[in-house]
Amino acid sequence: MTDITSPSTRSLGFVRAELVKPLPPPANLVGPVAWIRKRLFSTLPDTILTLVGISIAVFLIWGVVSFAIVHATWTGEDGDACRKNLDGACWPFIGTYWKTFVYGRYPIAERWRVNCVAAAFVLLLVPLAMPSVKGKLVNALLFIFVLPIFAYVMLGGGIFGMPPVETAYWGGLTVTLVIAVTGIVASLPLGILLALGRRSKLPIIKLFSVIYIEFWRGVPLITVLFMASNLLPLFLPDGMTVDKLVRALIGVTLFTAAYMAETIRGGLQAIPKGQYEGAMALGIGYWRMMALVVMPQALKLVIPGIVNSCISLFKDTSLVQIVGILDLLSTVQSSATDARWASPTTVNTGYLVAALTYFVFCFSMSRYSQFVERRLNTGHKR
Amino acid sequence: MTITTEVSPQSSDSQGDKIFWWNDPRIRGFILQGAMLLAVVLVFSTAIYTANSNLDNHHNARGFGFLDNRAGFDLAQALVDYPKDATYGRALLVGFLNTALVAVFGILFATILGFIAGIARLSKNAVISTIAMVYVETVRNVPLLLQMLFWYVGVLQVLPAPRNSFQPITGSVFLNNRGLFIPQVSFTGMTGWGILFGLVLGIVAAVIMSKWATARQLRTGAQFPAFWVGLALILALPIIGFVITGANYTTNFPIKSTFNLSGGMRVIPEFMALVLALTLYTGVFIAEIVRSGILSVSYGQSEACHALGLTNGQTLRLVVIPQAMRVIIPPLTNQYLNVTKNSSLAVAIGYPDLVYVGGTVLNQSGQAIEVIALWMLVYLGTSVTTATLMNWYNQRNAIVER
Repeated sequence: MTDITSPSTRSLGFVRAELVKPLPPPANLVGPVAWIRKRLFSTLPDTILTLVGISIAVFLIWGVVSFAIVHATWTGEDGDACRKNLDGACWPFIGTYWKTFVYGRYPIAERWRVNCVAAAFVLLLVPLAMPSVKGKLVNALLFIFVLPIFAYVMLGGGIFGMPPVETAYWGGLTVTLVIAVTGIVASLPLGILLALGRRSKLPIIKLFSVIYIEFWRGVPLITVLFMASNLLPLFLPDGMTVDKLVRALIGVTLFTAAYMAETIRGGLQAIPKGQYEGAMALGIGYWRMMALVVMPQALKLVIPGIVNSCISLFKDTSLVQIVGILDLLSTVQSSATDARWASPTTVNTGYLVAALTYFVFCFSMSRYSQFVERRLNTGHKR
Repeated sequence: MTITTEVSPQSSDSQGDKIFWWNDPRIRGFILQGAMLLAVVLVFSTAIYTANSNLDNHHNARGFGFLDNRAGFDLAQALVDYPKDATYGRALLVGFLNTALVAVFGILFATILGFIAGIARLSKNAVISTIAMVYVETVRNVPLLLQMLFWYVGVLQVLPAPRNSFQPITGSVFLNNRGLFIPQVSFTGMTGWGILFGLVLGIVAAVIMSKWATARQLRTGAQFPAFWVGLALILALPIIGFVITGANYTTNFPIKSTFNLSGGMRVIPEFMALVLALTLYTGVFIAEIVRSGILSVSYGQSEACHALGLTNGQTLRLVVIPQAMRVIIPPLTNQYLNVTKNSSLAVAIGYPDLVYVGGTVLNQSGQAIEVIALWMLVYLGTSVTTATLMNWYNQRNAIVER
């Protein structure tokens, strides 16, 4: 033993005293080259797929870039410049009309009122969406009860010296947001009640809830809007009229409530039975059990689902143009038919801008829902 | 002992602890439900009463008698005979068939696109998975109506006039702002029946053959190329039927004249825009369903297959996909219903579907209640039928647990 460890023996050097550092992996197994070989050109079919894919991508990207940037018309007083250039977007049209896209036909002198409502909306929504901010209950109550009244007073006017603005003059992105936000805010309480009704042990309540939910989920939104605009006046006493926008809002709310109810029911089903039993053992009644024990947990679980409902409602607001309400999409369309600007590329430029607007809203909502999902760590549930 | 004496005075104290009848949950339930029932009945009867008096005041007709009145409007596409003096009922039937046609094509193409995109998003190939991801994220965040209008107004309406048509296949396929014109082949005499008979026979033979092949494989282990033989049967028998019935057919090619095209089969641009938009939009949701379905099959299943010596294809076909289907099918049927419901957006571009025709009938006859009731009947009927079939399927294919 002493021989091996003695300096003279070690110098003979047939046995290593310490481990050799591992060699780096071969250059073609790591780094960008290996990534390219593995993820792009691993086999012959893979290579063909990659090349086909790249050519499709280049074709599409070039199509968009050349339309929107390279061949676009950037300056011009009216549609003449755009009518000469049929390869590219007509940006001066957007420059002239973007305020119409946002405010519709809302009187120019009164547009500050829309801005005020938008500011209040953002100021209430941002803290509501940030999990770290305290006082969620007050915030939510303000958002659900105070904001709609504030928005109605500000946009409608007629008091505090603000001239009244009829809903026929509301338009553009403003109306899209009004419909989407009202739809969500009003359908949430209705959806909660329906979800509770569907899980109720009382047969008649359950039956009505099921019929309501399945009815609205089974019909397309367009027929609902037709119903709201054609049938609702018929069911009201003669001489009583309801505003066109309000009719659409009622239709959208009743429709969304059914989807909301199904989302919330999913959350209710995920709450373990022990929670209900614990609350009952404490002697709490049904409504307080729901309000204080079950709903806070269930609603938290279904935030991603509620946000998804918001996304589809936001997209579905574009259908109100069919009953003659000028939302973002129909404002863009009717602006593009303006004789001064009409050209084959004007309407496509308008669609591009509208699509980008919808995309920004919906994409940020879906990112937010993924963020909440990760944060609540409900990923293991399906 | 002290405890029992404290708890025992039930009899003496029972006056104070008496449960009042309004605190009895059963009675409360009855009252609540009674109130609900009363409220619903009240709301409905008031609505019906008001509607009745409103209709009387405006001297509007009632009932479905208007379906026999003459429609007097033209429809761009009719699958059944739609003469000039057709009735409203006939027009609504045409609309219903057009809805069904769009739904069938939309479902078919969206399923194909969705499965391709869903599998592509899971691909190891970075380019393919990125393209699939960009497609999904872009298309699902833009309203379907906008996409439909883009295809219709922005793409199909700015195609050249008929005289400058694109001709993907020179002389037989024309694409212009009036639609897509393709040659029409029609079979005369017994030939059509011969082909149909051959097709049915081929499908039946293929099913029987595949059952036999499975049974034989279970018994002896010997494999049989069931897929290729089945395909051959389904293709060959109609051809045989075609030949032995005399091969009578006529072709009708679209012919270009100065201003228009005549002959052939015309696919109207509204239909193309609708199917294109529905396919691309629904394909996204189907892709996500397929992706989550495949991801839901645990990787251990694939590893076990590889350990047993199955090839990649066999693993996918025999083990992964059958299990993924159990997760995929229920939301997939939901998407199929969505296609059917979303086809009602046709009204925005003027494709004569049920809602478009119904809207015209509603405006002309003023009978809103009846028209909307018909819409609801059709859409709810479709939904309820599908839901019932789905429940039956789910019960049949549920995982059998110990």
